[in-house]
Amino acid sequence: MHHSHDPAFLRGMTQSRSITRRDAFRLAGLSAAGLALAGCGVQGKKVEPPKVDAVADFWASQKKNDLLRFANWPLYIDKDGKRYPSLEMFTADTGIKVTYQEAIQDNTTFFGKMQPLLAADNDIGYDLMVLTNGLQLSKAIALGYLVPLDHSKLPNFAANAAQKVKNPTWDPNNTHTIPWTVGLTGIAYNPKYVDGVTSIQDLWNPKYKGKVGMMLDTQEVANFGLFSLGIDPDKSTEADWRKAGEKLKEQRDAGLVRKYYENDYVDALVRGDVWITMAWSGDIFQQVAEGKDLKFVVPEEGGTIWTDNMCIPKTAQNPLDALMLMDYVYQPKIATMLVEYINYITPVPATKDLILADAAKAKGDDKASLEQIAKSPLIFPSETDMAKLRSYQTLTTAEEKVFESIFQPVTQG
Amino acid sequence: MRRLAPYLLILPGGLWLAIFLVVPMVFMASVSTQEGDVVNGFVQTFNFSVYGDALVQYRTQFLRSAGYGLVATVVSVALAYPMAYWIAFKGGPRKSTYLLLVLLPFFVSFVLRTVSWKFLLADDGMLLSPLKSMGLVPGDFHVLQTTVAVIGGLVYNYLPFMILPIYVALERVDPRVVEAAQDLYAARREAFTKVVLPLSLPGVFAGVLMTFVPMTADYVNAGILGGPENTMIGNIIQTEYLVNNDYPTAAALSFTLMAAMLVGIFAYARALGTENVLEAAAR
Repeated sequence: MHHSHDPAFLRGMTQSRSITRRDAFRLAGLSAAGLALAGCGVQGKKVEPPKVDAVADFWASQKKNDLLRFANWPLYIDKDGKRYPSLEMFTADTGIKVTYQEAIQDNTTFFGKMQPLLAADNDIGYDLMVLTNGLQLSKAIALGYLVPLDHSKLPNFAANAAQKVKNPTWDPNNTHTIPWTVGLTGIAYNPKYVDGVTSIQDLWNPKYKGKVGMMLDTQEVANFGLFSLGIDPDKSTEADWRKAGEKLKEQRDAGLVRKYYENDYVDALVRGDVWITMAWSGDIFQQVAEGKDLKFVVPEEGGTIWTDNMCIPKTAQNPLDALMLMDYVYQPKIATMLVEYINYITPVPATKDLILADAAKAKGDDKASLEQIAKSPLIFPSETDMAKLRSYQTLTTAEEKVFESIFQPVTQG
Repeated sequence: MRRLAPYLLILPGGLWLAIFLVVPMVFMASVSTQEGDVVNGFVQTFNFSVYGDALVQYRTQFLRSAGYGLVATVVSVALAYPMAYWIAFKGGPRKSTYLLLVLLPFFVSFVLRTVSWKFLLADDGMLLSPLKSMGLVPGDFHVLQTTVAVIGGLVYNYLPFMILPIYVALERVDPRVVEAAQDLYAARREAFTKVVLPLSLPGVFAGVLMTFVPMTADYVNAGILGGPENTMIGNIIQTEYLVNNDYPTAAALSFTLMAAMLVGIFAYARALGTENVLEAAAR
């Protein structure tokens, strides 16, 4: 499906709006959700992993309701004007009507808002949501907020998903989640000011004093601190974290870091506030597609690979409908429609040939744009890049406390 | 019935306060002394040490916020007073137009206005780029992610709250009082310092209350315009609450902030407060 609007332009527009919305959510989150939470009493209880029989029983009693409420991130699905072609095909094929909402601006705020509702066993208004592997997703799994999936109803996932996305460390056997998209955290830079970057040490280069962007997210920034010391985050210890914290503090105290950014690092890079910054692959792909002269590299010491995962909240009203969509998007044809718009890494490798086939049929700009997608190492990463990529570390609640106490003082001094 | 009337009149407001102020405060007080985490649950243990710990840990951000709030308030008074004065005394028939202009930014979302500063003040943006190419400022000069940007953002966003009360106070000053002072051989300056200024102090007092408190607790400006060295206490509370899900610490920090501000405001009210202001006005 070829979009009639320049996706990069649309993304640029929604991005500034998304910052607005995200901050507005925070305001709301701090007042309304706070009161709701205080009102319900603060709850939380760790649960045991689900028993196999219980999972089967749960799914056996579910009926298809022909309704689905889907919460996703902005610009994370194919769009044609106000229509979502892939969802329309899903409705045509299954009879399930989808209410699609771009309700998630970041994991922390979304989890912060949903946690009190889920703790109180209330409907959160969604049957399907997309969370990044990380602290919030781990908490959601630990607290039993996610429905264990019935993999007998996910044949397309079994057949078409890349081996690499199956059985991730944060959710063994894909018990609760399967990926929506995958992305990379690497370094983006403006070649006008910065010579070819290969190493993470360039983020510590005194030449770029005050022009370096780092990320506010502690897991992101911690990974880069660890990479710079040659440590694999997955195998890192508390002592490693402290060393990485020191290294990041040095960078900050030397005045190198302009700011610890959220999504707004893209704007800062484009407008020259920073010359070199930690960056997410899809964002930079979009900017380059729009004609901006920017480069993205996976540093030789390592980069982060992360996954945004589909999952079903335990209070979902239409879990079977949600499960059907989860499997539906794993058909190569549908996955192709998605990746051609989303421009992050697809979990379905068979899409590459289909994109090239689409390109062969297309003309002019569309053809060039599709070929760019199929050939981009940001969307189909090379083996060498893949070998350098690591995940966020999976942390227990106790570890998380120590971890945050080391890295938060770096980003919030 | 007639006897009950005053109580019935206060009932909606009283209920409002009880439900939306007192009840949440009690819950927040309770949460602040609980221990635990979001996964294992929180238990009420009357753990008051969280207050001391949080204060020690975030002393820098507390002091920084108070400093920013103070500076921004002083700057606001300095900017707002002449504006209010001009509108009140020289505005003529267009007064309401000028007041509307003061309020006009409110018709655009607070966050959106702050974000657009980022576009205007970007290092290679429409403002700094020409200045740099003309050599008026050095190449590495920047505004964003500095203390000046954060305080500037605070002043910009809260200025109308300072202008309006000062305007209301000045507007009530009878021009004949000023004439009388001049008839009694007061120079223009004396007429201002001895008559107009004292009469307008209640407005300044109200303006300071309405701006200092929210500016000190603000986190949007520091988040959007600030850099690594500009984190305010509001940002910390937000992180403790939404990122760490450490509700006790977030609640304790909120209470500490509130207490500190109440103390500050009471001290200010005593020193320069309503009674003194009224006395000054009566002199």
